Amino acid sequence: MAVMATLDPGSRAAARGWSDLTIRNAFIFPTIIFLIVFNVFPLFYSLGLSFTEFRASLNRAPEFVGLQNYQELLSDPGIWENFVITAQYVILSVGGQMIVGFGMALLLNRKFPLKGLVTTLLLLPMMLSPAVVGLFWKLLYDPSWGPINYALGLGKFEWLSHPTTALFATALTDIWMWAPFVMLLALAGLSAVPQHLYEAAEIDRASSWYKFTRITLPLVSPLLMIALIFRTMEAFKTFDLPFVMSTAQVETVAIRLYQMAFQGWDTGRSSALAYIVLIVVLAITNIYVKYLNKAKER
Amino acid sequence: MTQVALDHVSKKFGANVAVNDLSLDIADGEFFVLLGPTGAGKTTTLRLIAGLEKPDSGRVLIGGEDASSWSVAERDVALVFQYYSLYPRYTVGENLAFPLKSRVHNYSADEIAQRVDTAAKLLRIDHLLDRKTDKLSGGEMQRVSIGRAIVREPTIFLMDEPLSNLDAKLRESLRSELKDLQIKLGATFLFVTHDQIEAMSMGDKVGILHDGKIVQVGTPFEIYNQPRDRFVASFVGSPAMNLVDVTLADGKLSAGSGLDVALTDAGRSRLSGHEGALTLGVRAEDVAVDSEGVIEARVHHVENHGVEKIVTLRTGDQLIKATVPAISQYAIEDSVRFSINQAKLHGFDRTTGTALTSG
Repeated sequence: MAVMATLDPGSRAAARGWSDLTIRNAFIFPTIIFLIVFNVFPLFYSLGLSFTEFRASLNRAPEFVGLQNYQELLSDPGIWENFVITAQYVILSVGGQMIVGFGMALLLNRKFPLKGLVTTLLLLPMMLSPAVVGLFWKLLYDPSWGPINYALGLGKFEWLSHPTTALFATALTDIWMWAPFVMLLALAGLSAVPQHLYEAAEIDRASSWYKFTRITLPLVSPLLMIALIFRTMEAFKTFDLPFVMSTAQVETVAIRLYQMAFQGWDTGRSSALAYIVLIVVLAITNIYVKYLNKAKER
Repeated sequence: MTQVALDHVSKKFGANVAVNDLSLDIADGEFFVLLGPTGAGKTTTLRLIAGLEKPDSGRVLIGGEDASSWSVAERDVALVFQYYSLYPRYTVGENLAFPLKSRVHNYSADEIAQRVDTAAKLLRIDHLLDRKTDKLSGGEMQRVSIGRAIVREPTIFLMDEPLSNLDAKLRESLRSELKDLQIKLGATFLFVTHDQIEAMSMGDKVGILHDGKIVQVGTPFEIYNQPRDRFVASFVGSPAMNLVDVTLADGKLSAGSGLDVALTDAGRSRLSGHEGALTLGVRAEDVAVDSEGVIEARVHHVENHGVEKIVTLRTGDQLIKATVPAISQYAIEDSVRFSINQAKLHGFDRTTGTALTSG
């Protein structure tokens, strides 16, 4: 009986006179307060600021300017350039992550010795800090003594100094870091495909390709879609890797935003840019979610 | 002609022997039922024939040829699974067409449509062709999975307890449908089940499987009336055969505790040549409850089965089941008398369980 009592948190709480409602409130209220202070308030405050001329570095009240910030941003070719670079980066890194991650999941979705260890090792990149990953790959790409140039025999090629190669190099780093995330989700999807379906298909004399496209893909696609949504959102907001690896060369929207907000101290305009990014990300994820629901229905 | 044969096949999973030196012949066009309790090795036997498992020793013959090295696709068998195994996200029609779309066949679109249509009509699922499989009832799903087996016109149908996930009413109707289907197609069916009613009602031949071994193969009549050993006797038949440990001496059967029966001529001829300890087997319908009966008993339990009643009689510490007409009235603890039809009694060796009586 004593063991039961210690194992059951409900009865212990009950012994202290806590009702279910009290416990529920004890969890909910701190969360709500936290969300309001750190999420909801800044969200609306920055929306307000995006319509003003305001510099956080100066002790002057915000001055309302209407849609001027948005107008100027959207007619600035430099901003469009940032969006194009971001899009290229998203396509390269997310596309690579999906292919590599799903490939790894297919390889891991069978029994072999030390499977658990291999899976854990493959997941390690995802658990590292982006700053560490960025610095680590910066070393690998180093023009004078980086192992990548040495292995490829490229002499003193400066990966991170040209905008195009820096984009590829950063995307590759992102793939290395986040492909395991796609793998993890794909693996969950793959292991949920009932084995007897494959047996039935074998009885029905289906080819391996047929089995893959008709059984595996449709059943895994909802989870792949979720991986795609998460990775696209993250990649669109990419800041850390380009910042650590090649400050100026891969100028994604987030990098531009950072420069605008914390180097130029153009707080009002940067708030407007942040809102444009938010709207774009929302639009993209909405399209994905529609496809996801379709994939689930099928 | 023998369509499928297993020749001294054994299969182990780790230390667990699933199929033990099993030999079996299934003739062309036969409805063969493999009957056994859970864990007897029925599904493994089926999977060995389908090629989903490879035997550790022995040979699998299909159409007289050694198929041991053939792949699943080469064996050209159809397998209906217990859990339907329909392809999710596809309609009924797409599921039925799936086996035909494989490159091995190269069927034209017209031929596929025509075969799907024929199979769907035969199984009365033609109105469901456009429906997604997750919107079907259990019976419809199993019909679709049977349809998927039919469209290919395979040489042999393997069925792994296809009816066991269905409710009783549906099971009954699909039972006769399957039997009709087999007659219409003239195909060889190997049907695996743990349900002895399915086995008895559908099988041309029944093979009883116990602990990975075939115990007896015969027609349902033979299996019921001439069980080869105590296991078959107790497994087949509902209610199960009454089995009582008795001693036979001086033409008298005694089970201690007051149950003594003198053998009649019929009983003597059944058990001639055997003395001492044995197990006596009597089917419930061969126990007659009437006032002329030679054995005294009390009513222990009454089960109403509609067409008849099954009364459990207690004599000494023995419980004997008897079938009585539905109209007869018995109350618990009523005092009754009964006798056994000695022309139909069975005797089994007390230690080996082998039948001492035959026919």
